[in-house]
Amino acid sequence: MSVTKPLPHDSAALHVQGTARYIDDIPSPVGTLHLAFGLSEIASGRITAIDLAAVRSASGVVAVLEAGDLPFDNDVSPSIHDEPLLSGKSVHYVGQPIFMVVATSHLAARKAARLAQIDYQERDAILTIEDALDADARFEEGPRIWEKGDAEEAIDSAPHRVEGRIEMGGQEHFYLEGQAAMAWPQESGDMLVMSSTQHPTEIQHKVAEAIGKPMHAVRVETRRMGGGFGGKESQGNALAVACAVAARLTGKPCKMRYDRDDDMTITGKRHDFRIDYRAGFDEDGVLTGVEFLQYTRCGWAQDLSLPVADRAMLHADNAYNLPAARIESHRLRTNTQSATAFRGFGGPQGMVGIERVMDHVSHDLGLDPAQIRQRNYYAANSDAGKTGPTEPETSPPENLPKPENADVDVASRGAVGAVAQNGVAPDPGGHQTTPYGQPVEDFILHKMTDALLESSDYNQRRARVAEWNAQNDVLKRGIAMTPVKFGISFTLTHLNQAGALVHVYQDGSVHLNHGGTEMGQGLFQKVAQVAAARFGIPLEAVKITATDTGKVPNTSATAASSGSDLNGMAVKAACDEIAGRIAAHLGGLHQVPVEKVRFADGRVFVAEESYAFEDAVMLSYEARISLSATGFYKTPKVQWDRIKGQGRPFFYFAYGVAVSEVVIDTFTGEYRILRADILHDCGASLNPAIDIGQIEGGYVQGAGWLTTEELVWDDKGRLRTHAPSTYKIPAAGDLPEVFNVALWDGDNREDTIYRSKAVGEPPLMLGISALMALSDAVAACGTAYPALDAPATPERVLAAVQRVRDGV
Amino acid sequence: MNITFLLNGETVSAPAVPATATFLDWLRESQHLTGTKEGCNEGDCGACTVMVTDDRGTHALNACILLLPQLHGKAVRTVEGLATDGVLHPVQQSMVDHHGSQCGFCTPGFVVAMATSHANEETDHATALAGNLCRCTGYAPILRAAKAAEAQAKPAWLKTDRDYALADTGSDTSSPAPEGDQPDASAEAAAALPGSSDALAALLLEHPETTLIAGATDVGLWVTKQLRELPRTAFLHLCRDLQDIDITDDTLRIGAAVTMDRVLTLMEDHHPSYAAMIRRYGSAQVRAAATIGGNIANGSPIGDNPPALIALDATLHLRRGDTRRDLPIEAFFLDYGKQDRAESEFVEAVSIPRQPDRLKCYKLSKRFDQDISAVCGCFSLTIEDQTVTDARIAFGGMAGTPKRAAALETALIGQPWTREAVVDAMPELDNDFEPMSDMRASAAYRLDAARNMILRYFLEDASGLCTISEVTP
Repeated sequence: MSVTKPLPHDSAALHVQGTARYIDDIPSPVGTLHLAFGLSEIASGRITAIDLAAVRSASGVVAVLEAGDLPFDNDVSPSIHDEPLLSGKSVHYVGQPIFMVVATSHLAARKAARLAQIDYQERDAILTIEDALDADARFEEGPRIWEKGDAEEAIDSAPHRVEGRIEMGGQEHFYLEGQAAMAWPQESGDMLVMSSTQHPTEIQHKVAEAIGKPMHAVRVETRRMGGGFGGKESQGNALAVACAVAARLTGKPCKMRYDRDDDMTITGKRHDFRIDYRAGFDEDGVLTGVEFLQYTRCGWAQDLSLPVADRAMLHADNAYNLPAARIESHRLRTNTQSATAFRGFGGPQGMVGIERVMDHVSHDLGLDPAQIRQRNYYAANSDAGKTGPTEPETSPPENLPKPENADVDVASRGAVGAVAQNGVAPDPGGHQTTPYGQPVEDFILHKMTDALLESSDYNQRRARVAEWNAQNDVLKRGIAMTPVKFGISFTLTHLNQAGALVHVYQDGSVHLNHGGTEMGQGLFQKVAQVAAARFGIPLEAVKITATDTGKVPNTSATAASSGSDLNGMAVKAACDEIAGRIAAHLGGLHQVPVEKVRFADGRVFVAEESYAFEDAVMLSYEARISLSATGFYKTPKVQWDRIKGQGRPFFYFAYGVAVSEVVIDTFTGEYRILRADILHDCGASLNPAIDIGQIEGGYVQGAGWLTTEELVWDDKGRLRTHAPSTYKIPAAGDLPEVFNVALWDGDNREDTIYRSKAVGEPPLMLGISALMALSDAVAACGTAYPALDAPATPERVLAAVQRVRDGV
Repeated sequence: MNITFLLNGETVSAPAVPATATFLDWLRESQHLTGTKEGCNEGDCGACTVMVTDDRGTHALNACILLLPQLHGKAVRTVEGLATDGVLHPVQQSMVDHHGSQCGFCTPGFVVAMATSHANEETDHATALAGNLCRCTGYAPILRAAKAAEAQAKPAWLKTDRDYALADTGSDTSSPAPEGDQPDASAEAAAALPGSSDALAALLLEHPETTLIAGATDVGLWVTKQLRELPRTAFLHLCRDLQDIDITDDTLRIGAAVTMDRVLTLMEDHHPSYAAMIRRYGSAQVRAAATIGGNIANGSPIGDNPPALIALDATLHLRRGDTRRDLPIEAFFLDYGKQDRAESEFVEAVSIPRQPDRLKCYKLSKRFDQDISAVCGCFSLTIEDQTVTDARIAFGGMAGTPKRAAALETALIGQPWTREAVVDAMPELDNDFEPMSDMRASAAYRLDAARNMILRYFLEDASGLCTISEVTP
């Protein structure tokens, strides 16, 4: 069977030969025009005069468009119509597109875009969390607050208390392929759009609005992205819409790609957070109550910030049972790029908050943080991850309300206002519940942690670290274990649906299509493996095709780690539909019940006989049986009220645990990650090689976020780190010298595709162990708590060393 | 200007290209060879890596900041030219076998960089690939793939490329006259390929406004990021006499156009700490293009060579026409953006006096590899009878220019070589520097870290203190 095999990425051979096509590699028709945006140079203010004469007369320029020149909707927001494609008079951040240039080459467009003369009347910009709080600049009417029990009372009456603050920076996606799109005008005003996007349906929707057509007039195709990481869930809208508008105007194909500096200046990044915390605990370090105040800079437009902030709240517990909790979340509006989705979608930030608490509590008591973490884990579930079929699942009732108003984009995660289902899932099992009331039914971290502490030799290494630190003044080591429990499902319940389209041709070859997009995560290969397994045919017989809104409509973004869960199940349904028809036909011929017809090894077995798959297909074709089917899937069990903060937002949890060891130089704050050991839960892996790739890459990306990746804005709101020369993602030399990654052997307790688990986002949070190991090393310099902020650049590490030494 | 080179085994000519045309744009837009990717357009991500063979060997270079005239007479391989008759190059196959690609966008650049290492039998893959960024894999499978391919056979085309590069070094092709004798006097026409430093000197006398381009690792960004027009340019790679390294009993004389990869090799024998610092300078791609003269002449306060050269008491050799003058290298840097270089004058070479190796270079940056220094401190102290008898200390990143720490030097000279004396002298650094705060570091951090560097120098010397790079898991 092709599932569970460690097969290479579907495009691996194309990747290594440079023949895998990305948007900018698609041969352009003669006459293709190229676009560039002219950008705001101030963070907040009004345009008082704009002179584009030099832009218009520049070499190669065909057209220059401002907001007033747009024919229909001037909006690229994925949520509440608050994000104009072109600014109009009012500008809200440095880098906001004000006008667009259409020119005969990419370079001509870029050069012309710099020739504008724009006068501004500047306003005081709101740049920091403090600025936003002072101005009460926020999204939603006030902070969102979820509570479980009386946290204040639980903390105040606890034998021990800690309180503190952690600040963590945002993160630039740095997908290697920058944002790119191309639009080809078709007959009768229709538009074909090629986009590097995680959300083709969203592109279709925004383009349709922008050219004044129904969605049926727009077809969006995405074969692959050169990396997404959440940065192409909504941030590609502007380019696709710009291309479509320009293509409509000029009648020519139009293409746009951001230069890297423009990309980093214009597009949103991971939300930065400040979390203030207070925790009460007993002498064993077991928490009695926790309070979190989460503040996040959402930037100038709402984009996906509300569900991001929700997910940060939803992961404020991580793997720990919080008997009482109060989580207050402030979604602040600032004159900076509109922060957006990034792998983990707020989850990592919420998780860093509670991991900081664990670290602080352990330091306060002078106990091993690994032990404290384990003591606070949710209770183990004896029925977690059992194998075999479970009872049939029922879906929540179909009572999706209509959008509250036309401004809500229901196909997007930004549509948070649209759905509020009531009711909390009953918990017949008597499980511990999360702060938002979801029973934790599948908790497997006790065994996983024991296994990893053993395999990583944690206890002995911790002793050796202490020994080293006793003998060395300048170089200090640190070691830390952190767990991950990550909720899987879109929190906007109705997005948990997927479609597929499968054709079987007369020769037995299979055309596979589904709503998921490929951004390097191996989704297409995993889903193709599912299709091959359902038909019992070799993988080579399955053709993976580009995501296409004309084949599978109304798709959700490939996001929230949901790609293989949702699309794998939809493809399975489509394949089983076709296989069922073939089986019924052949069963009829042989007077055999359909259940006795089996697809395996390239053949179809019917009673004692078998047919080659292609022969079975031909027989079916000749019997006038449809060999094409759609498949559909909706995730069962989930229901969620985001206002109350109650329900079951997640179908299940994915787990992981990591141990990192670091060394720091207390003269400069420089450090290295020496070793990392990881044990991660993918359920029954659909493809262990691809899953391990996600885990290794996720760890490094997470560690990068918390160490060297620093976004710096100046006091004018200009992003100073807008290129890889100044923004430092990990390089090959940053890989830990020893890096052991293993998969936990166990099935998903829930009925997912082949009992696998989602793996896209969860491993990123394994990187938190690197931050905590740095904290451990800094703590070895003295008695005070390091209170290390992120990203823990060498400068922040040195500052923490000095704080610990000074005992403040 | 007519540029001729070997591309994937075929001789190609690029007639009448502008001097500022990048090789990447030419490949993708004129040749429709789209395997080579644009990731950053500034030489920091390596997605555009191509393999270039010249008479000195085979190098990985960043095509995005490689200007077409630089390729004249060389042999180039892009990702499309690695496989042989449909059989993948060993590093390509190894990348497939080890799951080394995910999104695949960085992969062509990695594969070409790996094929270059493979050709050169390099085995320090993390260093060789420090200039290739991958956002998906976390590098582990890529490093495994590179390791696994080490022993595989080299492709036959390497010889084709070498033969071409050796047969036709480019110097015998008709260089356009410095004046630009093309019929039209357009900007494109005014690109010169002087064949010697004499020709360069004459050219600069006549056209002082000429932009000199050696490796284009800096000038390339003027083109790709600042979108500057360069009305008159001179490409220096045919000035062979600027590429000599002369080692005498007294000095190491390094021509201005010696690339940093060659400086690295030279310093391994003479000043290993300098070599170790250069290993982190740019990337393999940048070191193969960037020249020591370019790094000095552009006067950047954060160039990494000047502090090391100042600490080594190097002499800069300048030339204007037939007039030559020497000056101590620290005297070259007058102020931010201002060097002691007259109109039409150029850097010809730098000389380092032979000396016992007492040099330590400490490069401080957010990321260990391929990052611009927040502070680069270089120290060379002479200790006799447990007393400091001489001290040359210089920093980059601490002022508007690379600069000596005169007060610290004075405070150390004559003092006993003890921890106490060093700690006493450390605050003097505050009299030497008032650094700025920027996106790389705050002023206070720069001072703190710089002060601690002299203590590190002492402890390494006196008690064998090691660095974080030497700590094993």
